[in-house]
Amino acid sequence: MTLVSPTLRDEITANMRAAKARMWVRIKGGNRELTHYIAEVVLPVLTIGAYVILYKTLGLPSSLGAAVIIGGAMIAFWTNILWNMSAQWFWEKEMGNLEMYMVAPVSRMSVLLGMAMGGAINTSLRATGIILLGVFVFQVPFQVHDLLVAGLVFLLTVISLYGLGMVFASLYMLYGREAWHTNMLLQEPVFFLSGSYFPTIYVSVIPVWLQVTATLIPMTVGLDAIRRVTIQGQGLMAVWPHILALIVFIAILIPVARMALNYMENLGKREGRLTLRWQ
Amino acid sequence: MKRDLSIETRTLRRVFKGIPGAGDVVALDSVDLAIEDGEIFGLLGPNGAGKTTMIKILATLLLPTSGEAYVKGLEVSKNASKVRKVINLVSGGETPGYGILSVKENLWFFSQLYGLSRQAANDRIKGLVTQLGLDNYIDTRMSKLSTGFKQRLNLARGFINNPAVVFLDEPTLGLDVLSAKQLRTMIKSWMTDGTKTVLLTTHYMAEADEMCNRVGIIDQGRILACDTPQRLKAKIASRPSWKIEVTPNIQELDTLKTVPGVIGISEVSNIETGTSTLKLVLEDESVMSDLLSTISKNGSRVLNMGKSEPTLEDVYINLVGKGLQ
Repeated sequence: MTLVSPTLRDEITANMRAAKARMWVRIKGGNRELTHYIAEVVLPVLTIGAYVILYKTLGLPSSLGAAVIIGGAMIAFWTNILWNMSAQWFWEKEMGNLEMYMVAPVSRMSVLLGMAMGGAINTSLRATGIILLGVFVFQVPFQVHDLLVAGLVFLLTVISLYGLGMVFASLYMLYGREAWHTNMLLQEPVFFLSGSYFPTIYVSVIPVWLQVTATLIPMTVGLDAIRRVTIQGQGLMAVWPHILALIVFIAILIPVARMALNYMENLGKREGRLTLRWQ
Repeated sequence: MKRDLSIETRTLRRVFKGIPGAGDVVALDSVDLAIEDGEIFGLLGPNGAGKTTMIKILATLLLPTSGEAYVKGLEVSKNASKVRKVINLVSGGETPGYGILSVKENLWFFSQLYGLSRQAANDRIKGLVTQLGLDNYIDTRMSKLSTGFKQRLNLARGFINNPAVVFLDEPTLGLDVLSAKQLRTMIKSWMTDGTKTVLLTTHYMAEADEMCNRVGIIDQGRILACDTPQRLKAKIASRPSWKIEVTPNIQELDTLKTVPGVIGISEVSNIETGTSTLKLVLEDESVMSDLLSTISKNGSRVLNMGKSEPTLEDVYINLVGKGLQ
């Protein structure tokens, strides 16, 4: 049998098909059962509600409630990135799927891209649900003057977050139960550092070093920009540093994800841990 | 006419780090193997013999410590992405896929990992579900399938890209008799064009005997023998094989092994009936009297005994000195 070398076009088509299929699995799987929606849209609103009610009770401006609703929507993204993106290879390994991905002739980045796109679409739907429900229940004001900038900031935030998710996914590849613990370690600190439950991390009561540290998390930058555009009605002039920072995050994170993925795969193949389960 | 090699290994060696203080584990030790296009090659051996390690190296999931491994002429550690285009792997007992998706959806998903077009994927899925008796479950969610049907789905997945070389690692593990038979029939029909190759690992000697053109017997990382099942059996034809059923269960198997002239022995115990079935390969018939007397001294009584035609299990016992169980 003669092996026929595929053309570059064949390779790209095959990888796009793989990415699309992985995205489809995530969207289909995430939306097939109503309970997913209830758990991921209604329940977060209860947590957000506690903060909104607290701010209202204290007689603070209603914009604080809006900030928390936006923060709650972004929490949905961070949760998705940790549990359905970073730890995904771990879940796949436990299900016996990782071996199948590793034997397949497509780039693992295509698979990660598919996971990221599917996760981003699913979570955007849920985040929209959280915002709509929050606005409807708590009657908080939003003011968007520049939809284009709002869309751009949101898009860049999501891409940079999923870029970070791709890096984590690669680093978690050889994890066993540590994946669970690492996620727990990354969950609450990022909720806090990104300022999800309060208007912004960039206030004088928070030490500068902590603000700088928090700025290294794409969610902090993205969340601050989204709040400025959607609550304070600011435009491009106010958020261009945020946009630039998010672009830098993306430019760094995606190549790092690719390098980390290759490194971890090779390490796993050398040490024999690539598809080893129940570690 | 000499056929091309589908799989070849040259002094292949793989060492795993052992637990602290226990030393390294040699899973494969200088393995040379050559499997031609169109062959079903069986790798027989007990747990830990190195069968899965061999398959993982050939399937690009593991790097060898030293030596070379080729699939379709491509060195696997240097050409992993090219090798992956022509192979697939089925690990028995595994049920990969997504429970929330149906049989058809799962197969479509896996077909996309091989870049199949919509039409090619649909045709392939249709053919495979029919061959593996999954027609009635095509729209059933994987989570609702029985274990046996999940394994059939796994098998269908393994052939979704019509691979030139397929690695079947204990594919009938846990399958019921009918499913195992369907799998064997499917593989045989898939092999008819003479270009496909199967590397099969199994514990089931009868399965290897029925399906394989050649078998390699592996133990502790070394290939001990490699030939057609017929020739392997013929090599021990001069050595009598006996099957003896005794009661109660044999407690001291090692004492039987020490009887001069006993080449190898395997034992299967039946706890319910309290009997043991011994398979023995002997130097010659004269050993029998000493053997029967040792059984008697052990407090066991012979219920049944008879000479048997040599099987692959006897070949294994002859080489390793014990059975697979």
